Amino acid sequence: MVVLWTDALIYVLIIVMLALGVYLRGKEHIQRPLQQIGRNKIGMTSLVVLLFFVLIGLLDSVHYILADDKKNEVISLLDDFATPLREHGEKTYSAPFATTLYSKEMTMLADGTLQWAYPRLAFGGRHLDHPETEKIPDILQKAAYGLAQGASLIGFIMLLMWGLLAEQHKRFMRGSTAKTVWTVVFIIVSFSYAAIHLSAYYHIFGTDKVGEDVFYQAVKSIRTGLVIGTLTTLIMLPMAIIFGILAGFFRGWVDDVIQYIYTTLNSIPSVLLIAASILMVQVYMANHEADFTSVIVRADMRLLFLCLILGVTSWTGLCRLLRAETLKLREMEYVQAAQALGVKQGVILLRHILPNVMHIVLISVVLDFSSLVLAEAVLSYINIGVDPTSYSWGNMINGARLEMAREPIVWWSLTAAFVFMFALVLAANLFADVVQNAFDPRRSGNE
Amino acid sequence: MSQYIIRRFLYSLPLLMGVNILTFVLFFVVNSPDDMARMQLGQKHVTEQSIANWKQQHGYDVPLLWNDDAQGEKKITDTIFYQKSVGLLLFRFGVSDSGRNIGADIKERAMPSLAVALPTLMIGLLVNICFALMMVLFRNSYLEHAGLVLCVILMSISSLFYIIGGQFFVGKVLRLVPISGYDDGMAAIKFLILPVLIGVFSGIGSGVRWYRTLFLEEVEKDYVRTARAKGLTETQTLFRHVLPNAMIPILTGVVVVLPLLFMGSLIMESFFSIPGLGSYTIDAINSQDFAIVRAMVFLGSVLYVIGLLLTDISYTLVDPRVRLS
Repeated sequence: MVVLWTDALIYVLIIVMLALGVYLRGKEHIQRPLQQIGRNKIGMTSLVVLLFFVLIGLLDSVHYILADDKKNEVISLLDDFATPLREHGEKTYSAPFATTLYSKEMTMLADGTLQWAYPRLAFGGRHLDHPETEKIPDILQKAAYGLAQGASLIGFIMLLMWGLLAEQHKRFMRGSTAKTVWTVVFIIVSFSYAAIHLSAYYHIFGTDKVGEDVFYQAVKSIRTGLVIGTLTTLIMLPMAIIFGILAGFFRGWVDDVIQYIYTTLNSIPSVLLIAASILMVQVYMANHEADFTSVIVRADMRLLFLCLILGVTSWTGLCRLLRAETLKLREMEYVQAAQALGVKQGVILLRHILPNVMHIVLISVVLDFSSLVLAEAVLSYINIGVDPTSYSWGNMINGARLEMAREPIVWWSLTAAFVFMFALVLAANLFADVVQNAFDPRRSGNE
Repeated sequence: MSQYIIRRFLYSLPLLMGVNILTFVLFFVVNSPDDMARMQLGQKHVTEQSIANWKQQHGYDVPLLWNDDAQGEKKITDTIFYQKSVGLLLFRFGVSDSGRNIGADIKERAMPSLAVALPTLMIGLLVNICFALMMVLFRNSYLEHAGLVLCVILMSISSLFYIIGGQFFVGKVLRLVPISGYDDGMAAIKFLILPVLIGVFSGIGSGVRWYRTLFLEEVEKDYVRTARAKGLTETQTLFRHVLPNAMIPILTGVVVVLPLLFMGSLIMESFFSIPGLGSYTIDAINSQDFAIVRAMVFLGSVLYVIGLLLTDISYTLVDPRVRLS
């Protein structure tokens, strides 16, 4: 097993989340908003979609080197599942579900004559003898088979749960929100089964310029998007929380210094700061090639640097919010009482201030996630995003935007990136709204 | 008033100095000029001589902070910090790594940037406020609900797709306006329509939602209830009472970004090949021209600081509750 830097941080993040979950179990003030989220259909639906993306991202975060591989290539669990997609490349562009290449070529027929025609694909629709007539029935049949497979699997699980669960737990299956959630799970599982089954025979999103499967690229990009959305906040949070609370609590020169730092950082347009930092990282990497042995390690380091830089540029907003809230909180009666009783300042900070600003932290984390995913695409377009060799939606868009000028146009790379990105960001936005409604005390009451 | 402005102005000086030191550290301490030379000249087979030549050509052949070999005050002035960073404070941008005068380039390119950014901001503001007011007017109805859903959907689409989609449908399929390009004077208008349109459209989702929350906050206040109790219609209360009061946060929010409009939008300008400062920056990033990036970083923060200053002033002008203290 190979643990890349971002992998390690993702594991840390999961451990932190689990620990938080255990710590917050049975805490009444957390239970109420959580239950509110649990009752919200939109919230739960988007959570299911998000969890589905997270699952794919996690599968893609377990890296190892295949034992019998001579090239010492680092692959992930997801790559292992998608081996056919990874290895079945074509020569160049081909449309979704196509059986022939995008452009005509001169080919030698069996009898020695030359023909100017669309050559058959090496992989897509290889099993068909007469693609013109057989293709559509074959696609429909395979899609139905995949759908049925997925549907029966999830149906089996539901029946199993219904049978095994005790009567008092059946509300997990019976409530109206639960029904929506199960429907969404049902749809997602059966459609992904159909997609997996079909992609064993066709390129369901076509292939790109060098003949790589676009569906595979889009799925691989999920991890990049998630890493940027989550690790950036992981890096940003400690800085924002510590500085924000200290500035608000101690005021005086501490406040002045911290305010100066974040106003300075804030006054540099963030795109330019990111650009400058990434340029410097590029120079550093170019001059220390020995430290970055393989392509995947280099791409990973660059991703980590990008998260780091995004974190440094984005902590100021949260820090300012926390400072303002702490300023308000330190005048509250219970804090004054604690001070009068002689409680140590560190204890006041940890026990009275920190828990009471956590809702702001939580809300801003969920709100930031979608904007970070969107920012990645823009940054990759300006060439200051992730490494050009790594999979990301930004790189897909960047590579595909000139193809709109071709005739006939090559639309599938863009469409695939659009669909995946839109699904993730929409789910994140909807979920963020629900979380904000549930945790924001000013909004409590209006469900 | 003038005393207040002077004090705010003096407060912004340490900020600019901080930015200056930060960029200096980022560009010269993290990587030495030698590293940059090696990067620019290509990785392999770079002789010491060619690095020295490159450094001398671009004025990087002096020590970073303290020149021991020089005499008198030259111990300080013959350094990279003095020549490259202190000059920025006086708006001496110097020459780019490819030998062009950065200051002249910036002057020339600021106008096209403004020509795109200013209409985008103004039309966007108008459109967003209109939609937001409409949603507040029809609050708690299906119309508002549908509008909110539409806003979230619009927000979830990357701006890149708006640009690509707009260029494709308006420019290529319908052939209404040229896909990209720029011209001087009034001829520029036909090139500006599409970028402005797309800029406005891509901002609708988040803009309308934000303004709606501002309006809603005002709508629930006591004075609005009084106005309704007086017998004013809902439209009258909205336009006469809610709108002017909600304009305070909106206007101050706009004032902050006004100076930054000169910087232009990076992706917009590069997609539509408008010769503004945004595409200037992108070109500099792609050709790794550190001098230009450094100058733009500094210029951006100067404009932001000016924006902050203007915000403070506009607060005191618009909101009588804010005292000059």
